Amino acid sequence: MFSQVTALTPTLTLSRAAGEGVNTVKLHMSQWEIVIGLETHTQLTTVSKIFSGSSTAFGAAPNTQASVVDLALPGALPVMNKGAVERAVKFGLAVGATINQRSIFARKNYFYPDLPKGYQISQFETPIVSGGGLTITLDDGSSKYIELTRAHLEEDAGKSVHEQFDGASGVDLNRAGTPLLEIVTEPVMRSGKEAIAYAKTLHNLVRYLDICDGNMQDGSFRCDVNVSVRPLGQKEFGTRREIKNLNSFKFMQQAIDFEVRWQIAEIEDGRKIQQATVLFNPDTGETKAMRSKEDAMDYRYFPDPDLPPLVVSDEMLARIKASMPELPEAKCARFSSEYGLSHYDALLLSQDGAMASYFETAVKAGGDAKLVANWMLGELSAALNREDKSIEQSPVNAVRLSNLVARIVDGTINHKTAKTVFEALWSGEAASVDAVIEAKGLKQISDSGAIEKIVDEVLAKSAAQIADYKAGKEKALMSIVGMVMKASAGKANPAQANAIVKRKIDAL
Amino acid sequence: MAWNTFSTVAETVKALDDKQVSAVELATHYLDRADALQPALNAYVTLDREKTLVEAAAADAKRAAGETAPLLGVPIAHKDIYLIEGWRTTCGSKMLENFIAPYTSTVVKNMSDAGMVTLGKLNMDEFAMGSSNETSYFGPVKNPWDVSRVPGGSSGGSAASVAAGLAPASTGTDTGGSIRQPAMFCNLTGLKPTYGVCSRFGIIAFASSLDQAGPFAQTAEDCALLLTAMAGFDAHDATSLDRPKENYSRDLSRPLNGLRIGLPKEFFGEGVAPGIAKAVDDALTVYRKLGAITVEVSLPNVKYSVPAYYVVAPAEASSNLSRFDGVRYGHRAAQYSDLMDMYMRSRAEGFGAEVKRRILIGAYVLSHGYYDAYYLQAGKLRRLIAEDFKRAYEVCDVVMGPTAPETAFQFGAKSDDPVKMYLNDIFTICANLTGQPAMSHPCGVDEAGQHVGMQIIGNYLDEARMLNVAHQYQLATDWHRKHPSI
Repeated sequence: MFSQVTALTPTLTLSRAAGEGVNTVKLHMSQWEIVIGLETHTQLTTVSKIFSGSSTAFGAAPNTQASVVDLALPGALPVMNKGAVERAVKFGLAVGATINQRSIFARKNYFYPDLPKGYQISQFETPIVSGGGLTITLDDGSSKYIELTRAHLEEDAGKSVHEQFDGASGVDLNRAGTPLLEIVTEPVMRSGKEAIAYAKTLHNLVRYLDICDGNMQDGSFRCDVNVSVRPLGQKEFGTRREIKNLNSFKFMQQAIDFEVRWQIAEIEDGRKIQQATVLFNPDTGETKAMRSKEDAMDYRYFPDPDLPPLVVSDEMLARIKASMPELPEAKCARFSSEYGLSHYDALLLSQDGAMASYFETAVKAGGDAKLVANWMLGELSAALNREDKSIEQSPVNAVRLSNLVARIVDGTINHKTAKTVFEALWSGEAASVDAVIEAKGLKQISDSGAIEKIVDEVLAKSAAQIADYKAGKEKALMSIVGMVMKASAGKANPAQANAIVKRKIDAL
Repeated sequence: MAWNTFSTVAETVKALDDKQVSAVELATHYLDRADALQPALNAYVTLDREKTLVEAAAADAKRAAGETAPLLGVPIAHKDIYLIEGWRTTCGSKMLENFIAPYTSTVVKNMSDAGMVTLGKLNMDEFAMGSSNETSYFGPVKNPWDVSRVPGGSSGGSAASVAAGLAPASTGTDTGGSIRQPAMFCNLTGLKPTYGVCSRFGIIAFASSLDQAGPFAQTAEDCALLLTAMAGFDAHDATSLDRPKENYSRDLSRPLNGLRIGLPKEFFGEGVAPGIAKAVDDALTVYRKLGAITVEVSLPNVKYSVPAYYVVAPAEASSNLSRFDGVRYGHRAAQYSDLMDMYMRSRAEGFGAEVKRRILIGAYVLSHGYYDAYYLQAGKLRRLIAEDFKRAYEVCDVVMGPTAPETAFQFGAKSDDPVKMYLNDIFTICANLTGQPAMSHPCGVDEAGQHVGMQIIGNYLDEARMLNVAHQYQLATDWHRKHPSI
């Protein structure tokens, strides 16, 4: 199955002598400005490869999804997959970029066992997408526009497998030729937080557009992060190092944090940063150079004579424009204005297409928008996280959540019992909200006579609390109301219970 | 007319139709001749009698069952650059000495669909790089007219096999003259179609923007039949022209009255051997008698063809040949210390000197800082040459001149001087750079009795017209019916 090749010599040629202890050295962090730019490889969701008809499905037996084109057999030729082009255009439109209706594929020449042709087909001088940008929102609620340089189409390489062969390496070409859209930002991010926020926003967008499945573990979305530092106020950029192939936001944060501290330590120690490509080691949390600029390869780019210029026709452009979904930013604004949600809630609900559609389905089914939002961001999200489920897999669908919220609004149940109803729906105990309320007898007691009776019983046993309250301890009242709620098995209307307790104590 | 070894494809079809011969008899006859003459000519790299006879028997069975196909049962041999499933495909190189093709090229598939029977795989310059067939790892092909001379290249086996009657027709490929120059050296008719007319899928790439498949035969009439079978849009080749199928025989009988032949002064100056100049002049006299008129045209930039070509072709080749790395198929060195050593030894051992020379030139012209000065400039020259031709076609229908400046030379005469060798393609290269169709037909001999070819360069997609022109000439002459006594 694997084509066996010789043992690969390690390419790690540079290592940092002073690598240890970076995190303990005292640095003058506040005197440095961090500059970050990202290159993100997003694997496009086409069924077949970018230049061949082979399947792009992940996880098949080695080399079973490699055609004559992917194996680079003699005489094999690439043919453009229109689906990849459409996805690139979709992305370009979503970020307000220029769609270059004539773009060029070039060959990037280098030798590596998992690069079967000895060159990668990519776009060099004329990419399909130029410019555009994304607005990111930071934790403090502030936002920033991140300019994109370009996005270009290219093919992925195969994989070298080193573990399974004694003294040799195997090559699996299933991934070779998988379509990638490489999205490149300007060096405009100024902190690791901004970089992560950008990566997350981009991650949401590509899934939103359904052009990438966003699966970071399988490598469908991976980032190269260019990091440099410069003294605050300096205009020129410092020398950058590129951290390759980060496939989780956590690693990205760790890698940037380490790299920034390392670079500052180097410079403060009087050394210069050498331009280099570095790898992040999740086990040590450190970055390490794999090749320096001196080893930089000459890729001998030239236009691929096998592929005519890639033309995006006016008709194709118009068709894709017409099919564009509402974008997260517009959706967020609409959720605020149309449903009166806070910007923060609107943002959380609009970033993920499935969340947004769940929300709107629930509201259309009659649920109060704010309550639906609260339930989604509260109970529902917690339950999904707990069981590692996506919203599409939620056992409580949008209409049920809407029904649940409706019963809160009409006073049938209170928030507390609603949680019991939700748990019952989640675990599949009952089919409808009303059936759960009925079966568990959760209907709220709003009959004041019934509540008064319970209050009287509680007050008779609460002399100490009453005394406390009379002595000015407001908390004691809450404790008595709590006992009333408990005595009613949570079914008493909390507002009524509160009022009756207060009235009766004040009258004592 | 009774069928014989040198019957044309058209005559062979008739003989099959008339049941004078069967496909198996034809295949057996040519296989026997190929075997017998292999020591003298070295035209084939691979013969597989069993495979061929199975195909021939199948063709006979189809005929017996009343099935039809335009060339059903006619044998053809293929240049060893075409992949055919199950056949060894070497490209004339040690690199692919043991490579068995796992799929079939579109051109061969088209010819099989037209009913043709594969006779074998023909010797060639290594990776189609050469003009004399001396770069083949499997030894040079000999010119059947004079075995001390080269058959031309790179499709030397394709030319020698048809000239010697080892096959009634063959395929070649033409990147800078590799069909037309050997056609001239071996007294055949050979055609390089417009770029994109024949699919390149399954043909081992030399220079992707220049390579084009085409037929070798004794006559223009045969080339028309063969091209009709070979050509057509192919979704597997993004540079294939998406257009309807054509019948290239449709204009063969058209008279040449009023045909305007453009004669570029650049093709008739110094450097053309006197014997060639005379034969070409005589042929033009025939054309005039047939009603054509000649006009002088100028192609001022065509003198840059060779330098432009020797930037573009090696550049593309250096990249195209990167896949021969010893990892997945092809030659891998027996001993190596690490990955880089494996690459270097495998390629050093697997490629011959000319291939290495061109990979080095190609890597150099594409390297950082040189790309603009070489590759980009060469691209500009290609456009200038194309504009020259465009202007010429305002006053003429076809352009003519000698196919090569010299006739077939002795083995070794140029093998020490690559530039001398490259200049042999001085008249043919321009049509590859522009993508225009071009062909060569026999038009006489020089003082030494060596064959001269007339090159016809046509406007884009004018193959039918060019074949008509050559066919009318061949109706009036008999150079093309002369065969070596071998």
